[in-house]
Amino acid sequence: MLDIIERRVRDKKVVTEKLRLLQQQGHTRAPMADARCDLCGECVPVCPASAISTQGDWSVDAGKCLFCGDCLPACPRDAISFSVKVPAVTQRSSFTLFRNVPLPELKVQLRDEARKVLGRSLAIRMVDAGSCNGCEVEVNSLSNPIYDLERFGIKIVASPRHADMLLVTGPVTRNMLPALMKTYRAAPEPRLVVAMGTCAISGGPFGGTYAAGNGVAEALPVDLFIPGCPPHPRTVVLALLEALGRL
Amino acid sequence: MRYYNVELLDSLPFPPFGYEERNGRLHLAVPDDLLRPLVSHLVRKEEGELSNLYYVPSDNKVMALVLVPRHGIVVLESELEGEGYPSLTTEVPAANWYEREMMEMSGITPLDHPDPRPLHLHEWPRHVHPLSPGFDKGAKVPFTGEAHHYRRVEGDGILEVPVGPVHAGVIEPGHFRFSTAGEPILNLEVRLGYVHRGVERSLEGCTLNRALRLVERISGDNGVAHALAFCQAVEMANPVPDRAQLLRCIYAELERIYNHLGDIGGMATDVAFAVPAAEASVLRERMLRLNANLTGHRLLWGSIAIGGAARDLDEGRRDLLEGAMVDLGLTFEPMVDSLLGSPSFLDRVETTGTLALPMAKDLRATGPVARASGWDRDTRRDFPYGAYGRLSFLVPVRREGDVLARLMVKVEEVRESISMVKQCVDHLHEGAIRSEMPLPDGFGLGLVEAPRGELVHCVHFREGNIVRYKVRDPSFCNWPTMERAVLGNIVPDFPLINKSYNLSYAGNDL
Repeated sequence: MLDIIERRVRDKKVVTEKLRLLQQQGHTRAPMADARCDLCGECVPVCPASAISTQGDWSVDAGKCLFCGDCLPACPRDAISFSVKVPAVTQRSSFTLFRNVPLPELKVQLRDEARKVLGRSLAIRMVDAGSCNGCEVEVNSLSNPIYDLERFGIKIVASPRHADMLLVTGPVTRNMLPALMKTYRAAPEPRLVVAMGTCAISGGPFGGTYAAGNGVAEALPVDLFIPGCPPHPRTVVLALLEALGRL
Repeated sequence: MRYYNVELLDSLPFPPFGYEERNGRLHLAVPDDLLRPLVSHLVRKEEGELSNLYYVPSDNKVMALVLVPRHGIVVLESELEGEGYPSLTTEVPAANWYEREMMEMSGITPLDHPDPRPLHLHEWPRHVHPLSPGFDKGAKVPFTGEAHHYRRVEGDGILEVPVGPVHAGVIEPGHFRFSTAGEPILNLEVRLGYVHRGVERSLEGCTLNRALRLVERISGDNGVAHALAFCQAVEMANPVPDRAQLLRCIYAELERIYNHLGDIGGMATDVAFAVPAAEASVLRERMLRLNANLTGHRLLWGSIAIGGAARDLDEGRRDLLEGAMVDLGLTFEPMVDSLLGSPSFLDRVETTGTLALPMAKDLRATGPVARASGWDRDTRRDFPYGAYGRLSFLVPVRREGDVLARLMVKVEEVRESISMVKQCVDHLHEGAIRSEMPLPDGFGLGLVEAPRGELVHCVHFREGNIVRYKVRDPSFCNWPTMERAVLGNIVPDFPLINKSYNLSYAGNDL
C-alpha cells in the first residue's frame, strides 16, 4: 500500500481533474444537421429512438437521443455531425434542438428557495428506477479521485432522509414506482429531483411498455434534466455546479 | 453429422421423435411428457448444463437449451399438447427460476412445480401474461395489492431484516429479506424484478438495427457481450471477416477488464480499505477513457455491428491500446499486492460467503462464481467463438468458493484479458471489418462469455423479423446461488459477498 502512495508522491501528479477542463468538455454533444441538409428524411427511420424529425426544419430531441451516431452514415450529404453542445435544462421541451436556432439558456438555476437553504453543500441520494446500470457506472465514477465530487461539497449519501436531492435514473418501471414515491416522501423539503440520462428524461429505448413509464417527470416534479446515454461524469458535475449557481 | 452428436444420440435413454443437425447443434424433437427425463439424463449422466428454458408462443413449443461440454449444444424442442408439461424443477433444480418466469410471462404451467410464486412481476394479476400474443405491449396494468409471500423462518428470537429496493450505495434496486438469529443469517430471499422493463416484449417486431441498440442497453456494463450475442444469433453461422473477429475480441476483453477492476475496487471499498479502492477506481477510469478514445463510447456501446465491428482501430489507436495494456499491467499488480498483503483484508474475505461445488453445480452457477467454486467452465474455451479459438489463455479456477476465491479469479482474469488483448493486437492485419449478412430466418443462438459468465440469447426469426427473443443473462443463474452462499455469515458481510458476486439486476429482471 505504501508503494502506491509513494509513487503518487514521487510522480507529483495530481489525478484530480481541473474545473477548467470540466467546463470545456463537460457538455454532452448531440447530432445536428448543417446547411447541406435538404430535409430528404433518410435519417428519420434510421434513428433507433425516433428522435429526429424533418417537419418544418431538421430537429433532434436530445431527451430521446441515444447518442449512438447511427444517423451520421445514413445522411447522403454527410450533413450530420455531433456538433451541438446540449446543456442540462430545467424544462423537458428545451431538449428539442432545431437547426439554426440558438440553444436554450446555458445558465440553468434551480429554485431560489432551495439554493438559499442548501448554500454550498448538497447531499444526493441516487435512485435507480429501471436503468440498464450504465448510468450507475458513471455515477460511481463521480466519487473516484479523478472527478472527486466531494471537493465541491457535493456528496452521495446513504439515505433519502439525509438528502437534498434525488438523482433518478431509468424510465421509472412499474415495479419501482412505489419505492420511488416512498423515497421522495422520505426526503426532507426543499427537495430537488434530477432526471439523469435518456431513460429518465423520456423513457428511453424501453419506455412506454407495460412495465416502464416515459421518464421521471410522469411521477415527480423534475427540477433538472441531464442529457446523455449515459451522461459523462463531467456532464453531471458541470450540470450540478451550474444548477447551484456555483460557476 | 458430427461424430459427437452421433455419440450423444446413442447415449440417450430413449430415441427422440426426430433429430436434426443445424449449425453444429443437435435439435431434438421431444414429446412434452418426456422433456423432464431427457433433460434430467443430460444434466445428471452427461454433465450437461441447463442454459435456457422458455416458451415460444408462435410454435407452441417449450425450448430447452442444454450445453454438454464433452459433446456439444443440444436444443430440445417440445410441442405442448395441453396448457402445461411436467415440471423439470423437481429433478433439475436449475430450472426453478426459468419455470417461474415461464408461468408468469407466458402462462404455461409446469405441472407439480414446487414453488409456483411470481418471480419478476409485482402485484400482477395471475391471468395476464405479457408474452402471450393477445397482450397489448403498452397496456397499463393496475396493481392487485396482493403481497408477496416470502419464505419465513419461525421461532423464538428470529428477526426478519428487510433491505432495499433502494440501497445505501449506488447500486441497482433489489429487495433482500434476511432471517437471522443473533448475527448469523439463517435464510435469505432475494426478490428482484424492480428493473423489469419489458425487454423481451419490446424486442419482438423490432428492426435488426434498432434491436442492436436496445440489446446494448439490457445490462449497460455488459453491453458488448449482449451486442455480440445478438449479432451471433443474427449471423447464424455465416462467416465474419477475420479482422472484425479480432476487434470484437478486443472490445469484449476491454469490457471484462473494466468490469473486474470495478469489482476488485468495490470489494476494497466494502471493507473500507481506502487506498487500493481509490487506486482501482483510478485504473478503471483510465480504462473507461481508453474505451472512449478507441471507440467513442466509455462503455464501448456501438462498437459491435451485425456482420462485424463498427469501430476500427487505426495505427495510432493500436499503439495507444498497446501502451495502455502495458501500463495497466504495471499499475495493477501493486494494487493487488496491497490487498493481498493486508492481514485485516484477508481476514474479512477468507471463508466469507462460501459456495460449495455441489451447490454451484445443482443450481448451475456460471462465470467467475462457478470458477471460484472449482467448476472449470468457460464458454470462450469450451464453445469457442470468434477469435478465441486462436488465442492462448488460461481459465483461472479456485476451489475455496469464498469471497477471496472470487476476487482471485477476477484478478487472474484481468491478467489473462490483458494478454488476450495483446495477442489480438499482434494478430491484426489489414482487411474488411464488416460483411453483409443475409436476413435471418429460423432459430438463432448467441453464446458468449460475458464478464459475469455465460450469456445466452435465443432469437426466433421469421423472414428477418424477430418473433420471440429470449435473453438469459449470467446473473439469472447466479442469483439463486447467492441465497445459499450467505447462509451462516453475518449480515454486515452481506454487502461484501454481494460485491464479490457483482450480479446485474437489469440483466436479470429484463
